[in-house]
Amino acid sequence: MLGLSGEKGFSFLKAKGRRLVGRNQWPGDSRFKGWFYLFPGLAIYLIFVLYPIFETIRTSFYQWDGFSANRVFIGIENYRNLLADGQFFKAISHNLIFLVFYSLIPILIGITLASLIGRKPLPGMAFFRTGLFLPQVLSMVVVGVMWRWIYNPAFGPLNLFLRSVGLDLLARSWLGDFKLALPAVGIVGSWVQYGFCMVLFIAGMQKIPQMLYEAAELDGAGSFQQMLHITLPGLHAEFSVAFITTVVAALRVFDLVFVTTRGGPGDETLVAAFLIYRSAFQQNQIGYAAAVATVLTVIIFLISFFILELQAKEES
Amino acid sequence: MRTTYRWKKLLPNYLILTLFLVVVFLPVLGILLSAFKTQSEVIRGPFNLPETLRWSNFTNAWTAGRFSDYFKSSIIVTVAVVVVSVFFSILTGFAFGVLSFPLQSILYLLLLVGFMIPFEAVVIPLYHFMYRLGLTDTYWALILPQIGLSVSFGTLWMTGFFRSAPQELIDAAAIDGCSRWQMLWLILWPLAKPAVLTLVALIFMWTWNEFLLALVMVQKETLRTLPVGLAFFQGRYTADVPRLAAGSIIVAGPIVLVYFLFQRYFIRGLFGGAVKG
Repeated sequence: MLGLSGEKGFSFLKAKGRRLVGRNQWPGDSRFKGWFYLFPGLAIYLIFVLYPIFETIRTSFYQWDGFSANRVFIGIENYRNLLADGQFFKAISHNLIFLVFYSLIPILIGITLASLIGRKPLPGMAFFRTGLFLPQVLSMVVVGVMWRWIYNPAFGPLNLFLRSVGLDLLARSWLGDFKLALPAVGIVGSWVQYGFCMVLFIAGMQKIPQMLYEAAELDGAGSFQQMLHITLPGLHAEFSVAFITTVVAALRVFDLVFVTTRGGPGDETLVAAFLIYRSAFQQNQIGYAAAVATVLTVIIFLISFFILELQAKEES
Repeated sequence: MRTTYRWKKLLPNYLILTLFLVVVFLPVLGILLSAFKTQSEVIRGPFNLPETLRWSNFTNAWTAGRFSDYFKSSIIVTVAVVVVSVFFSILTGFAFGVLSFPLQSILYLLLLVGFMIPFEAVVIPLYHFMYRLGLTDTYWALILPQIGLSVSFGTLWMTGFFRSAPQELIDAAAIDGCSRWQMLWLILWPLAKPAVLTLVALIFMWTWNEFLLALVMVQKETLRTLPVGLAFFQGRYTADVPRLAAGSIIVAGPIVLVYFLFQRYFIRGLFGGAVKG
């Protein structure tokens, strides 16, 4: 059997503690009755999520403009094009740069501040938590509109501020600049994610038993060593949540780019999801878009599985 | 004496937290103020107060900007997706967490795959599929796929809850002759409420903010949801900050309100949601 009860397979898929198969059978009753509970949810999932994903993979081996009946099988030609034409690598490399802004910077900010704030419970933390979480619930379209205004070259608050302190030289068209557009959009990602990481790590640190630190102090461990040997290992679950959430967000960026730059200037802020949208719905290269979608999905799957597996190993 | 000492020690912590909280809030505050200003007041500076509160920005967006239509679409789609997918998830979660039936492990794995699938991966065939069914430019094209994706996560979430339900309770009820249906709604439902509320919060947020699917599936302006409506609104009034700000507040308002009311459930969901497996 795959997964749950088997000895092999991914550790994070295994049920913890409880035997699942064979549990709670109603005597003299058909075990197939469980399927009635499954049917509505499973059916809608199979039709609208799982079937389309196989269709995406199949489409990636065809050439098709999306409306004509003429759908031509071309094997791996779309994948060859994608490796050859440069725009795919450009898009993926931008996603990788976004990893720094969406994932690395927020996690570094989060862990640094959590360790500065320390392990003592802080009265009023709920208030800060509510505020710091706020960007997480906002639509990325709203966030994009907000930051387009902030970056506006003529009257955006950022340039107004720079001019008011005499740094007119630095004021520029942030989202229109070939070099600065990508980091400018990236910073917005950091703004969205850092509060989440901060709160996550602060909450995690307060769960680490105080005893461990007292014992370490008795053994003469300094604060750096305590950080390295107690705090960081104690936060492995929080790290895994933080990494999954932020890494997947960085790989999937779409709304924000659509609203702030539409991939421009040139293709300087083109990302994978935007490339899929543009190829499929504006340039009618359905097969090519499906190939990009397939590669992006595989990357997201591999990274998620890797992080979850690492986390499950750590726990056992 | 002791308390002053404590406050002094904690002060740096509050300063750090306040600083980072201010960084989150300044852009939000700027948009909030801009929504009540004229364009020339906006240009004067982000945090200058408006002379009078210009509610006309909102009525403008609501009627001329068609946000009333977008709002209606968002409500219909979100309510439908939340109600149906939460109900289905309770059933599937109960099946996986409590019942036992043939092919259980394989079916669970099949559903688990879904919670990592991004819409980007399925939107292309989904569009053509819906087009063939004649469902593009209807709410169905937004509702059905989002139920499918939400049920995948919802199943994982509810299975996690039902697995942790006390076995003695389940055994006792079974011995007393409870049917499966009674077991779910009479015995386990009262315990499930916090888990269900968290699920409601998450699916509400994801559906309210969903963008790509709504962008692709619907061309008719009256059927657009709020995020898509705002994105096109911005295309038309690129530099008209007061209008855009008012539109943004109409889009973000409901979700922020719900967030403040049910923040406990949101935060629990966002913490647990990423690796609930």
